[in-house]
Amino acid sequence: MAGILTPGTLAPDFTLPVSLDRKLSLKDLRGKPVILAFYPADWSPVCGDQMALYNEILPEFEKYGAQLIGISVDGVWCHAAYAKDHHLHFPLLADFEPKGAVSRAYGAYHQDAGFSERALFVINKDGLITWSYLSPIGVNPGADGILEALEELGAAV
Amino acid sequence: MTRLAIPVGAKDHRQGDQEAPCTLVEYGDYQCPSCGQAYPIVKRLQKHFGKRLAFVFRNFPLTQLHPFAEPAAETAEFAGAHHKFWEMHDLLYENQKRLSDQLLLQLPQQLNLDPDELAEALQSGQFEPRVKADFTAGVRSGVNGTPTFFINGQRHDGSYDYESMVEAIDRILE
Repeated sequence: MAGILTPGTLAPDFTLPVSLDRKLSLKDLRGKPVILAFYPADWSPVCGDQMALYNEILPEFEKYGAQLIGISVDGVWCHAAYAKDHHLHFPLLADFEPKGAVSRAYGAYHQDAGFSERALFVINKDGLITWSYLSPIGVNPGADGILEALEELGAAV
Repeated sequence: MTRLAIPVGAKDHRQGDQEAPCTLVEYGDYQCPSCGQAYPIVKRLQKHFGKRLAFVFRNFPLTQLHPFAEPAAETAEFAGAHHKFWEMHDLLYENQKRLSDQLLLQLPQQLNLDPDELAEALQSGQFEPRVKADFTAGVRSGVNGTPTFFINGQRHDGSYDYESMVEAIDRILE
């Protein structure tokens, strides 16, 4: 494992399905900060769930004009069911085919386990990674690091 | 990164002495089953450590998962405004499985509080800013789910079963 991409790196572009008939490209989000949250799997135990936590914190992220995106190797139907059950209000991308390709491009793929690491990236409006963090797979990294990184961008609106 | 962003202060709901050598802070959600499991554990810890341990509860309602978490938190704050925070906190956890809008309005009577006043406070969102302030400070402190515990300001990342908590607190007290 070479490690996750570090600050100063241009964020590799990608296009992934966000639902059965819709795709999302990173380059479409140029002009605003983007938070990429790679995570191992949908349906982890509920109360400590990282995506559920971020869902609650969305208004804080929005204060910085930032777009949050969750990415895992789960397929679109799985994401749809999970997002519906947890009332998630941000897109979940399916890094499903070829499996984990985008996670690999960010150095955030756990080869042995076959799923994404818990890796966070904050990308500025020009597509440059300004902050990244790899959390142990069993530890929900919370959001304090993301908020500090957004603050540093001086992107407050 | 994993330290309490806002130190324990006068605005907090605290059980035990301000000068206690160990202060345990819980960020919790009244409808979260894991917090429900932690509730009797905290009681046992308080009994075990006595005056050496102070306990502080702060709100961290996961409103998208738990529809009654926010009104329950506001109900506890309402009781707090009448100096009955802990009585309501305990009632909420002891009735966690039955939480409903109706139940919330029945609980004040058990504490000789006015249910109509609570209904009005919930309606007007009187205690919403307080709950939100707890939540925001929690996020800044690295709260990563419920319950999240801080022992003397440091996030406790281990398990929160009784034995693990005793061990973690003993380390502080040594």
